[in-house]
Amino acid sequence: MIAEPFARGSSRLHQLDPRIRVVAASGLSLVVALSHQLPTLIAALLAGVGLVVLANLPLMAVAKRLSVVTGFLLLLWLVLPFTMHGDPMFNLGPFTATREGLSYAGRITFKSLAILLLFLAMVTTMSVATLGHTLARLRLPDKLIVLLLLTYRYLFVLEQEYQRLKRAADIRGFRPGTDLHSYRTFAYLVGMLLVRASARARRVYLAMCCRGFNGRFYTLTGFSPDAQQLPLTLLLGVIGILLLLLEMKW
Amino acid sequence: MHISEGVLSAPVLISGAALAAAGTAIGLKRLDYDRIAQVGVLSSAFFVASLIHVNVGPASVHLILNGIVGLLLGWSAVPAILVALTLQAIFFQYGGITVLGINTLIMALPALACHYLFRGLLWRRPSVAATASFACGFLAVFLSALLLGSALYFTEKEFMAVAALAVGANLPVMVVEGVITIFCIAFLKKVDPGLLPGKRPAENRQAPPAPDREEVADAS
Repeated sequence: MIAEPFARGSSRLHQLDPRIRVVAASGLSLVVALSHQLPTLIAALLAGVGLVVLANLPLMAVAKRLSVVTGFLLLLWLVLPFTMHGDPMFNLGPFTATREGLSYAGRITFKSLAILLLFLAMVTTMSVATLGHTLARLRLPDKLIVLLLLTYRYLFVLEQEYQRLKRAADIRGFRPGTDLHSYRTFAYLVGMLLVRASARARRVYLAMCCRGFNGRFYTLTGFSPDAQQLPLTLLLGVIGILLLLLEMKW
Repeated sequence: MHISEGVLSAPVLISGAALAAAGTAIGLKRLDYDRIAQVGVLSSAFFVASLIHVNVGPASVHLILNGIVGLLLGWSAVPAILVALTLQAIFFQYGGITVLGINTLIMALPALACHYLFRGLLWRRPSVAATASFACGFLAVFLSALLLGSALYFTEKEFMAVAALAVGANLPVMVVEGVITIFCIAFLKKVDPGLLPGKRPAENRQAPPAPDREEVADAS
């Protein structure tokens, strides 16, 4: 159920130093999030599409990932044009759509999709384990990294634990519905999950102590940027500068 | 409950990120290494629990449980929620880098409030405890919806309608969370009271203190 379908690949972007990818993704997302001008946002969307293509991600799967924001965007398109004040564009029954409302909804749509594509192209193209070690190299607090890696490590274990509990309930004839019995069953399932998680955590901690845990997880893979990665790094930098220039010119 | 990328204005994003960073710093400072495995594994448990969908009439809603997260983890809830939201962004594209701060704030502030409001009431007589549990589940989601609504409102006054919709649409979720929290807390009190605040864990279950670095060096 939980999977990282894009984490493995052999594209140029997959081979790029994860530190550069994380920094570039954060920087570019920030620039796009703070931009207001339509040309900047369209350029950002194009850059996002370009990077996704460069990362050689399966486009159908990417489209599916984008669908998580479409619900909210649809709501905006339904509400904003009719509630914002401004020049009337057209009438829909008793409601009047305004130019300001339409352009605002449009800008949010471009912005949202652009940032999402940048994230897909640059961050989901590494596994969370790599991300954790990358963030450690970028000097984020050790405890936060340990927390991230532990949570990631036990996510899959506890998901199976939950599936096991749920299957046992199903076999006993549990049919979820809108009633107190269903809610109590789910509450006990969650409670049992927490109890088992805590018991497991105690064992995990003891095992970590046995192995001499001193507050860090080490990795043997080193990150070494080489000359081959230079063009792509420069390209990411140029995209950032161009977006900034576009935003300031308008 | 989360806000998508690209919606909020710069001041809202920046203040959200600043407050979340401060909260995370406090949470990490108070989190000792001998508790870190507990917080990490419980955080994955809450992540999995948030994937559970329960029926509400013809629709279904997923659990949030930030009330229980707050009760169990206290200040550690802030980094735990930050980590969980990071993973959600990676696995499901809910939220993202620029909204990570404000989304953490939306979930973690109510969790902290619930921790301080209700931790003292859990071990009172059953009717009080049940009421406190319900209030904990209800209030956590209500406050989150309110924070989400205000983040939208401070971005753009015209968002008022969307913000009100967000709070209103979450009303059934608040009731469901309240009910589930009553049963879940009652369950934990019977099965593993040491998990809840206000009860010391049984002696034989206490984890040994973390070895200090010298000891580790000696062992190798």
